[in-house]
Amino acid sequence: MIGIIDYGMGNLRSVYNTLTFLGFDSVVVADPALLADCSRVILPGVGAYAMAVDNLNRLGFFPALKQFAQSQKPLLGICLGMQMLSSTGSEPSPCEGLGLIEGEVVPMNVGVTTPLPHVGWNSFKLLHEHPLFEGVSKEVDVYFVHSYCFKPKNERDVLCTTEYDNIIFASGVARGSVVGLQFHPEKSQKSGMRILENFCNWDGLC
Amino acid sequence: MLKKRLIPVLLLKNGRMVKGRQFRDYRDTGDPISASRIYNAQKADELMFLDIDASSEGRSTLLHVVQKVSEECFMPFTVGGGVQTVDDVRNLLNAGADKVLINSAAVTNPSLVEQAANMFGQQCIISGVDVRREDGHYRIYTHGASKPTDLDLVQYIHQLEEKGAGEFLINSIDRDGMMIGYDGELLKLAVSATKRPVIACGGAGNFQHLAEAFGVYGVHAVACASLFHFGDNNPIRARAFLKNQGIPVKNV
Repeated sequence: MIGIIDYGMGNLRSVYNTLTFLGFDSVVVADPALLADCSRVILPGVGAYAMAVDNLNRLGFFPALKQFAQSQKPLLGICLGMQMLSSTGSEPSPCEGLGLIEGEVVPMNVGVTTPLPHVGWNSFKLLHEHPLFEGVSKEVDVYFVHSYCFKPKNERDVLCTTEYDNIIFASGVARGSVVGLQFHPEKSQKSGMRILENFCNWDGLC
Repeated sequence: MLKKRLIPVLLLKNGRMVKGRQFRDYRDTGDPISASRIYNAQKADELMFLDIDASSEGRSTLLHVVQKVSEECFMPFTVGGGVQTVDDVRNLLNAGADKVLINSAAVTNPSLVEQAANMFGQQCIISGVDVRREDGHYRIYTHGASKPTDLDLVQYIHQLEEKGAGEFLINSIDRDGMMIGYDGELLKLAVSATKRPVIACGGAGNFQHLAEAFGVYGVHAVACASLFHFGDNNPIRARAFLKNQGIPVKNV
């Protein structure tokens, strides 16, 4: 069973609909106790970091998600869900994240005339092969919408990078069975669906 | 590199898709769900649904359309028209919309954009601004171009940006449905007034108009209705044309 974490923020329906379309059974999980029944988990989310970690904490998801990650079962964070895998956030003020991949989430430091949020279709450069990207063309664009980005402490945790204006940021992070994507695979048409399908078939090893 | 976006716009009335000229004379252009499926297959960059029938009966029809589209179209989409409260925004997001467009209510209730942006994030709030050119200056209208305001365009855009609008949809009332090209001066003014992405709407009649909007007027996205509804044009052909003109578009 694939669990989609519901902590009161984010467009759960689109992740759920995509998995259903791909033929995978998923369940929206609002109770941390139910994570034990999940073979893999998706942490979606849009909105502000601090409010999101507050909600996760209040519902008791912090210890449950850390334990889930320790069990080596696949965990995928999408957009804000990816950012919350980090140790600290800064939106709107400094706060602690799940700490599954060390690093901080900071505002995108683009030029003064460059629009933020970074919204639309952009490409990515895969730094190393990963089961989630199997069969995904290297030339495709994927859909982003965000103003902050994740700076992992260790280079090796960066899975792929994307360029916007004068900066290059981590558009994907991975460590063991934990993966985070800054873009929205559930909104990225064919290649995004392939990534989600790969995740649903992944055993967490790489 | 971030790509320029092509966004088909679907105007809705009583659950049907319609299209008019200068915000009047609407005619039926088909079923919105079938049209969305086609745009999904043609890999449009986003979709935008604007409900021009703001009755309460129309509202539940709209939510049904949003729900159906989110089950079958795996791309970002915006919904607007008649959005008046934070609850309206929440209902549309819960039905599957990624972004919500707020237009008239931002004038009558200036705190709505701020409340909605704080609650759901700036990235999902688009401010719609309908503009008519009058005696050499631009006048903002609300309620489907029926109510004139005395707002200054540049100041109003500044104000909305400060309150948390994540993007702007700038709609030219004079050019709507006319297919004679965009109001370039209006678009340049809007782009220079904000740091947020600007979506151009109103006037596109051929692909060259789209190339101008990106290349000359500097917008980040174009929203088109008539161009794709009437005639043999679609997002695939538009992308190919723009790519040949050296404009960065999505690789599929």
